Amino acid sequence: MCLGIPGKIIEIYQSGGLKMGKIDFGGVTREACLEYIPEAKIGDYTLIHVGFALNIISEDEAQETLKLITEIAEIENESDAQ
Amino acid sequence: MKYLSEYRDAQLVRGIIDEIKRTVSKKWVLMEICGGQTHAILRYGLEQLLPTEIEFVHGPGCPVCVTSLELIDKALAIASQPGVIFTTFGDMLRVPGSNDDLFSVRARGGDVRVVYSPLDAVKIAQQNPDKQVVFFGIGFETTAPANAMSVIQARSLNLENYSMLVSQVRVPPAMNVILSSINNRVQAFLAAGHVCTVMGYWEYAPIAEKYHIPIVVTGFEPVDIAQGILMAVKQLEERRYEVENAYSRVVSFEGNQPAQIIISQVFMECDQKWRGIGTIPESGWSLRPEFSYYDAEKRFKVDQIKPQESPICIAGKILQGLNKPYECSAFGGLCTPEHPLGATMVSSEGACAAYFRYSYIDQ
Amino acid sequence: MQHTFDIPTSINNMKPETIGLEEGPICPLPFTHNEVIVMGHGSGGKMSHDLIKKYFYSYFENELLLAGNDAAVINIGNATLAFSTDSHVVKPLFFPGGDIGRLAVCGTVNDVSMMGAVPLYLSAGFILEEGFEIITLSKILESMRTVAEEAGIQIVTGDTKVVQKNQADGIYINTTGVGLLYPGSNITGSRAQPGDAVILSGSIGEHGLAVLEARGELGFSSGIQSDVAPLNRLVRALIDAVPKDAVHVLRDPTRGGLATSLNEIAQQSRMGIIIDENKVTIQPAVRSVCELLGFDPMYVANEGKLICIVEEEFAHKALMAMHNTRYGENAAIIGYVTNQPQGRVLMTTTMGSTRILDMLSGEMLPRIC
Repeated sequence: MCLGIPGKIIEIYQSGGLKMGKIDFGGVTREACLEYIPEAKIGDYTLIHVGFALNIISEDEAQETLKLITEIAEIENESDAQ
Repeated sequence: MKYLSEYRDAQLVRGIIDEIKRTVSKKWVLMEICGGQTHAILRYGLEQLLPTEIEFVHGPGCPVCVTSLELIDKALAIASQPGVIFTTFGDMLRVPGSNDDLFSVRARGGDVRVVYSPLDAVKIAQQNPDKQVVFFGIGFETTAPANAMSVIQARSLNLENYSMLVSQVRVPPAMNVILSSINNRVQAFLAAGHVCTVMGYWEYAPIAEKYHIPIVVTGFEPVDIAQGILMAVKQLEERRYEVENAYSRVVSFEGNQPAQIIISQVFMECDQKWRGIGTIPESGWSLRPEFSYYDAEKRFKVDQIKPQESPICIAGKILQGLNKPYECSAFGGLCTPEHPLGATMVSSEGACAAYFRYSYIDQ
Repeated sequence: MQHTFDIPTSINNMKPETIGLEEGPICPLPFTHNEVIVMGHGSGGKMSHDLIKKYFYSYFENELLLAGNDAAVINIGNATLAFSTDSHVVKPLFFPGGDIGRLAVCGTVNDVSMMGAVPLYLSAGFILEEGFEIITLSKILESMRTVAEEAGIQIVTGDTKVVQKNQADGIYINTTGVGLLYPGSNITGSRAQPGDAVILSGSIGEHGLAVLEARGELGFSSGIQSDVAPLNRLVRALIDAVPKDAVHVLRDPTRGGLATSLNEIAQQSRMGIIIDENKVTIQPAVRSVCELLGFDPMYVANEGKLICIVEEEFAHKALMAMHNTRYGENAAIIGYVTNQPQGRVLMTTTMGSTRILDMLSGEMLPRIC
């Protein structure tokens, strides 16, 4: 486990008493349940697993991680060059 | 795709792996306990790129593989009954029971349907009021919120024809079993990123403390996995044993609170049988008494279940990391994904299937 | 490109069988069924092959049949013909990019073409269910007419039967096609040679997902169109561009996808094939659906693509010809044939590692893991 894919919330609505959303995965859309991320807004990116949003993806953390990793990767390039 | 492609950058992966090569000074044994991570490691051939000092042992992270044989046989019995629509995640269709599998049941006329989400199963129940709709609710903690919500939804819709066959398993007790085994070789863990998305990682500190084992919460893309390995190796080299989070864009220490609340409302801890391993205390979740109406095991009287495993299948040993798939006498011969003897050969990230399908192994 | 590998003996000893796929998640059954036909017998996988070998081949035994290719190659007088038949039972009847009629014509046109023959004439047999709407039948016939015209073939004979309600899912179509082999060509699955280039005519994974979406069971919306298309003119262009026997193998990767077809060829030719994952084109929407549901595009059915294995020195000419022909605009060399490992397909991943690309399709079931 577990197949969780990031997608963007493009619509929010109620269905069967549950907070649901239309999620955009790079051009492909599917419905998902947003009950577990009550604070979600349109435009948020979320992790979807079996039709449920499990969390909102933090853009800040994502940037931070990538920056760190890129630095590590660049240190390598510098060391190689020396 | 945003938040995916960036973490599949081959240059970044190579950069991190180079750093791992510089960091590592002796042999270390790492375990990932998540089928999705096993799948990613093998699909991208990451083991090949890592320094030879790093050995990966693939843990029991596949909920398909660890669902007890007894429950599979019960599922087959229920699915074979007339008037039942048996709904399940795709993974479960080919898992062998003692004599049969869900595919065979479907071939004989059973109404077995693959669904993507437990809510789809609830919809099917609404659309078929004259049938009993059973959902095979398997999974680790990642899937528990979804499975729980289906039961809550069934209740709020007053559905009398929906029930769930539950096999929920929890990661921390399995880690304890593996680490406390006298044959254990695992020195560091990559914790399952999506399990932790739900549960947080507060449960892992006591384990890291007790066994002096570094635990790194890790994601699923090649960059994430390489990052998790790097952090684990750094800890090992520096003799630290902490819980670190390499998947911070999705995972927080506390995890998803609303999900944990629903889980605790619907489920309660129970002892759980893991296929190939045995019963691990408090390692599962079952439906609370107030939801027992939706428990398929109670709704359907399924007697005469005498589970019988293949005598040569060593899935249990493989799940605990004590053996590699190719060390099994049946691997690739009697046991292949077409005619699997055990569950680890069926699920696409069961260790045996993954090795068979992806591995290009030097022996 | 030559590679040597250490393969554990257990892999060398076993015979991976084809497990193909309908346009949806069906897999062969691990338990054998000896008395009745079950759905697994139609999946194109091991069970299908076993049924064919044990019964059809043994009752109809002759050399031509036992060659086991997509079309039979027969000599009548001075002419060498390719002769192929295919039945279509796809559900739903209409899907984005096509329908059962278009599929029925293209399927047989392509089977004949893959033998290195010019398809000329088709027969079409229809089994219609009582209650099937004539307006729907008209749409299907119009679709068949359109694509037959495009392909330049004629449907010259046919048959119609009506069965009672609930006996035919609306309509079943069988097409049988006959074509003339290109003189001097010798195109068969066993002819791949070390060093040959492996060309793929375009992006993969569209047909299977388009049909899956049309079934509506998994709830996604992608806009993916089936790639179902007649490839005879593409085959002609590429054969005309190179010496007659430079094209060794042609195969359309239908059920089981690209991975399965490459494995079949590797086995038939007793060669290895190595491909570069970076060279295989996949549309973004196909990628997204596969990510979401846990599919691997390598195993998804295609109905408008071909694999061409051609002598390396003529690969570029073949490619140029394909680029200038409809349905071949995005053709690319994706890999090469190798000596080892025999009967296996390897793939260099986007990470630069190398792994086995198996033919088995366990991943075609949507998964949660």
